[in-house]
Amino acid sequence: MIVKLAAIFFSMILVNNYVLVKFYGICPFLGVSKKLDSSIGMSGAVIFVMLMATAVTFPIQIYVLDPADLGYLQTIVFILVIAVLVQFIEIFLKKYVVSLYNSLGVYLPLITTNCCVLAVTILVVDDYGADVATLGFAAAYIEALVCAVGSGVGFMLAMCLFSGVRKRVELCEAPGPFKGLPITLIAAAITSLSFMGFGGIVENLFNVTL
Amino acid sequence: MNIVLAVVLCTVVGAVGAIILVAASKFMAVEEDPRIEQVTGCLAGANCGGCGYAGCADYAKAVVLNGEACDKCAPGGPKATAAIAKIMGSEASAVVKKAVVQCQGSADHCKPSYEYKGIQSCAAAAALYGGPKSCSFACTGLGDCVKACKFDAIHIVDGVAVVDQSKCTGCGACAAVCPKHVIMIDTAGPEKPVVMCSNCDKGPTANKLCTTACIACGMCQRNCPSDAIHVVDNLARIDYDKCTGCGTCVAKCPKKIITYPLKKA
Repeated sequence: MIVKLAAIFFSMILVNNYVLVKFYGICPFLGVSKKLDSSIGMSGAVIFVMLMATAVTFPIQIYVLDPADLGYLQTIVFILVIAVLVQFIEIFLKKYVVSLYNSLGVYLPLITTNCCVLAVTILVVDDYGADVATLGFAAAYIEALVCAVGSGVGFMLAMCLFSGVRKRVELCEAPGPFKGLPITLIAAAITSLSFMGFGGIVENLFNVTL
Repeated sequence: MNIVLAVVLCTVVGAVGAIILVAASKFMAVEEDPRIEQVTGCLAGANCGGCGYAGCADYAKAVVLNGEACDKCAPGGPKATAAIAKIMGSEASAVVKKAVVQCQGSADHCKPSYEYKGIQSCAAAAALYGGPKSCSFACTGLGDCVKACKFDAIHIVDGVAVVDQSKCTGCGACAAVCPKHVIMIDTAGPEKPVVMCSNCDKGPTANKLCTTACIACGMCQRNCPSDAIHVVDNLARIDYDKCTGCGTCVAKCPKKIITYPLKKA
């Protein structure tokens, strides 16, 4: 079980990285990665929200949507839940955990409707929803949560790596037509390409099939 | 039947979320200085970050809690500054910022020392023997400031940059790009005079180079009743903390280069 969880965690970071391999959340990836500080702040908020969102949406899918045969309402219900959740977390942190509120700052409301948060909640249901029948709800739930945290950490890794890449790119003398966003996109593509090299590493490292 | 269930489910989820949020905002409300919200309302709301803060709300917080200057919102302009100053009471006063080009060396005052045919940019021209004008402190007149101005408020007239004060917002974009540093952002207001020259050469040299240069004669310094104008490095400089705007220096200057550029004619 532990080995499988570790495999899930690392595969979400390296092999199935949400930003660099699955291409979700490109907007904050390009928008907030200019400085290391802000990319860490943003990723911290993303990890937090991904975990909380999955913790809420997974039981909703299993206990409400699936029994009622309303799987097609997944997107709209999840968006609703995530939006409420983020707003609630913001109010809660402002009152009780002021230091965390200040460090997450503007990034918290920004990720309310971010695609990578929605993608995590939906793909987690696709991947581990079936495990409920075979392993029981508790095991599937833990897998889902580990997967969500792994996705968030993967997001953070991508953001931090790319803010370093970007610092170099901003300083370089790019040809006129490539200045600004085009050269940044090319750099992002090459960074993404390097992550393709991780394919299969986790299965062989932990000797499990995912 | 299924569609009814779907509608009911969505409504229930939405309603539960709404109730939770309403309850949370009631029970977990944080008391904030009400002025923060008022100040946020005065700002442009573009979250442009031009003030140096993460967003409009962040800047409003800094104004109210840390006493940040109230004139940082460039898109909001003087209107926003005045509104914030009003909310903050006497703690902050509205400062009107205007750009002033401290050079009047147009083609008939300051002759060129060579003919410049390179890249039409002040930065490039200034790198070549200090620019094409005989005075090495003068406005090069190739219009880097004109390109930098987003408000169409600065133009090259007869080889020297001139600010259209009715359009100028005092954002400082022109002053930042000027390689000669002849553009000053004036915060003293229209009642205070400005030395319209930047030449630091010795008097006789300056006099030869340009007919409208400060010759460092010291007439202004000797006659100023409030000790507010001094000739430093061969150029008259005004200390706006002391200047009362009496106009003695304007009257005494033999070259007539101390003027009121912001006063409406």
